[in-house]
Amino acid sequence: MTDQDRKPALRLEGIVKTFPGVRALDGVSLSVMPGEVHALMGENGAGKSTLMKVLGGLHQPNEGRIFIGDEPVVMGSPMDAKAKGVVFIHQELSLAEELSVAENIYLGQLPRKSFGRVDWTRLHADSDAILKRLNCGFGSGAIVGELSIANMQMVEIARALTVDAKAVIFDEPTASLTDAEKVVLFEVIADLRKQGVGIVYISHRMEEIFRISDRISVLRDGAYRGTLKTAETDEDEVTRLMIGRSLDLSRNAEHVELGDVALEVRGLSCGKLFHDVSFDLRAGEVLGFYGLVGAGRTEIAETLFGLRTPTAGKILLKGREVTIHSPMDAIAHGLSLVPEDRKSQGLILGMNCRDNITLPQVDDLTAGPFVSDGAEIAIFDQYRDRLDIKTPSWRQLVGNLSGGNQQKIVIGKWLSMRPEVLIVDEPTRGIDVGSKSEIHNLIRELAKSGYAVIVISSEMPEVLRVSDRVAAMYSGKLMRIFTADEVTEDNLVQAISGLSENSRVA
Amino acid sequence: MADERTKQVGAFLARQGILVAFVLFMIGFALANHRFVAIDNILGVVRSSAILGVMALGVTFVVISGNLDLSVGSMMSFSTIVVLDLHDKLGPALAIPAMFAMTLALGALIGFLVGYLRLNSLIVTLGMLSAIHGLTLTYSGGKNMDIADKAGTWFGGIGRGSVLGIPGPILIFGLLALVLGVTLAKTPFGRKVYAVGGNGTAAIFSGIPRARVVFMTYLVSSFCVATAGLLQASRSLGSQNTVGQGLELEVLAAVILGGASLLGGSGTVFKTVVGVLILGFIQNGLLLVGLEFYVQYVVTWIIIILAVWLDVAAKRGRILSPIA
Ligand SMILES: Nc1ncnc2c1ncn2[C@@H]1O[C@H](COP(=O)(O)OP(=O)(O)OP(=O)(O)O)[C@@H](O)[C@H]1O
Ligand SMILES: [Mg+2]
Repeated sequence: MTDQDRKPALRLEGIVKTFPGVRALDGVSLSVMPGEVHALMGENGAGKSTLMKVLGGLHQPNEGRIFIGDEPVVMGSPMDAKAKGVVFIHQELSLAEELSVAENIYLGQLPRKSFGRVDWTRLHADSDAILKRLNCGFGSGAIVGELSIANMQMVEIARALTVDAKAVIFDEPTASLTDAEKVVLFEVIADLRKQGVGIVYISHRMEEIFRISDRISVLRDGAYRGTLKTAETDEDEVTRLMIGRSLDLSRNAEHVELGDVALEVRGLSCGKLFHDVSFDLRAGEVLGFYGLVGAGRTEIAETLFGLRTPTAGKILLKGREVTIHSPMDAIAHGLSLVPEDRKSQGLILGMNCRDNITLPQVDDLTAGPFVSDGAEIAIFDQYRDRLDIKTPSWRQLVGNLSGGNQQKIVIGKWLSMRPEVLIVDEPTRGIDVGSKSEIHNLIRELAKSGYAVIVISSEMPEVLRVSDRVAAMYSGKLMRIFTADEVTEDNLVQAISGLSENSRVA
Repeated sequence: MADERTKQVGAFLARQGILVAFVLFMIGFALANHRFVAIDNILGVVRSSAILGVMALGVTFVVISGNLDLSVGSMMSFSTIVVLDLHDKLGPALAIPAMFAMTLALGALIGFLVGYLRLNSLIVTLGMLSAIHGLTLTYSGGKNMDIADKAGTWFGGIGRGSVLGIPGPILIFGLLALVLGVTLAKTPFGRKVYAVGGNGTAAIFSGIPRARVVFMTYLVSSFCVATAGLLQASRSLGSQNTVGQGLELEVLAAVILGGASLLGGSGTVFKTVVGVLILGFIQNGLLLVGLEFYVQYVVTWIIIILAVWLDVAAKRGRILSPIA
């Protein structure tokens, strides 16, 4: 397959897009061949989503042209783009939660009968056919709001399959998928590709990129940095193109002097979600929680943070038993939780960056009866620098930040509370490789300076990299706690699939 | 660059659409009738808007936190009747705090139902609208209320007097707007009101006591209602027991006209004051142009529905183009 004798399915030429105070895209060109998986990479805020939104008709470019085949086109709206064969699967879910799966899949293009009546039979038949192709375990009549995040993602993907697409854009589709769901997604992508559809695939996960892509294009600070053939490159080269340096991706090898026991959990249970969970956590220690989605890790975190009421068991902080009824109690006891879902649990999108970061401690940042501007800005500045948050100023609404920078705001918010026990749930979801290793280093650093940290993650390399000990969970049970020396990828995988029940340690 | 400039102007107009429309509207009326811009007419409009305005200040808190308060009209009738009745029984110095306590108790009840029991605010306050109306009728025995000795009391001075040439109602409206404006914009409580309305779940995850914040917004609202009732009673020294009827919708209209969103999380006290004045001037302008009273109602409501539609349309645009 040579590129010379085939025409691109899609071509972007010299795209410029500015927002107040931000030059998000600075003359970016890109072409996607039919039947090609073209990966788009770059740091958080590099402009990947913006470029795709220009292509998908959500933003109008200030300069530049879009071609489909040989034809220059203007993408007036998302519907327009879809009609021209460009389908966009968003980074953040954009579904109508009250409607059924079928209505969401065909939103805006419901099949009609005479007098404009919706043809429900056809709608559900067509939708079910698509869901079957995606191997989904739910029907077209289900209400979207009642599905898991992963299943919502599948609905979003199903939308792409309703038209005769020339190009499909996936913006970080796997951020909240399980491994099994990922396999299905990759099959769908392979399928589309066989039909000659051009695919743009955005992700921060190198292993995925190298598994499915044909070429990799890199953006940096809104500028095009080059395109590499996947077969002829390696992770290190891509990383250097993205962030200008190489990364240290080794496992955690250091041993920190451990302090006193900060948190003890004894026989904690919460209904059917998890039972009889016991563990200790010392100051200066990072305890990783690894397991499949649904194993009960998030629920343990939520219980510790006062969002759920335990049905049995005890929680001890610094040796004293405590009852935590609400997040307020938890915060007062020196606990922090970086929640799993930044958009619904972590952020107030319509509020500015500074106010989001200082929200949990706004009562303490006062001068007289008023919130002290200076104190707030000082905190914002500190964590913007420490986490390298890209925003034109603290006044920017969080909703206008790139996905990864939003995640950094949530992390900054909880770090600035200087908790004794910090719980982070999927801390690097949607974060670029550079910042990811920064956040890993930060977690290590925090431990070194005496924090007790719990890291919940579905990514094994992440857990192995940051943890001193790893707790393996399976279906609501704590199967085993490994020390860094004991743990291997194999015994970890075994433990989280429920295979090592007999080797369980109390 | 010039392109950029026109874009910015366009964005400004889109954001401040209501203000722009208002200015155009004012110019139109001023051309149609010179009386419209006369200083005494303007002062008159502000004075007659003050009671509505005081109520709108409180409802602003409720709306920003993502709820509604449709009970303020009937609650204001209640306050007015109670303070007039107690005036003759206890004397004004005791009647006023007693009336405030009773009105705040009603606010606390609503706050408890909506905040702590998490009942839908539309249903609760609509129910309270009727319930409080019934309460007022029971209290007054269905009769109108009058102060017996109108000449011999200082009570009328609050609503009828003036300080340094500024009429009492305007002064109180202005002071309250200042205090509540600063509370909303500058204090931790104000910040929490925005947080709760912007994203209630995230607020709870941030350790903000959502129930208590919602409860507090209804207390603020009922305090403003009590103040409005006091102004009303003091200005008229006698009242029908339906004096506040229908005001709840005008109040809500003023808040929305000012630019607060019914979905919560946005709005300011300053914007609400602008909304109150817009509503006042529209009604005054229509009157001066010589429209019948009932035609006014229709026109006012068309304008309000237009404003709400603009608000929802803008929000919907945002929801359909997610940001990431
Ligand atoms: N609607 C908007 N208003 C203002 N600025 C915006 C808007 N959308 C994006 N930006 C800015 O444009 C830049 C590029 O954002 P974009 O979302 O394209 O990044 P990204 O490469 O997708 O990052 P991530 O990997 O974090 O998702 C960022 O600095 C962002 O803050
Ligand atoms: Mg993005």
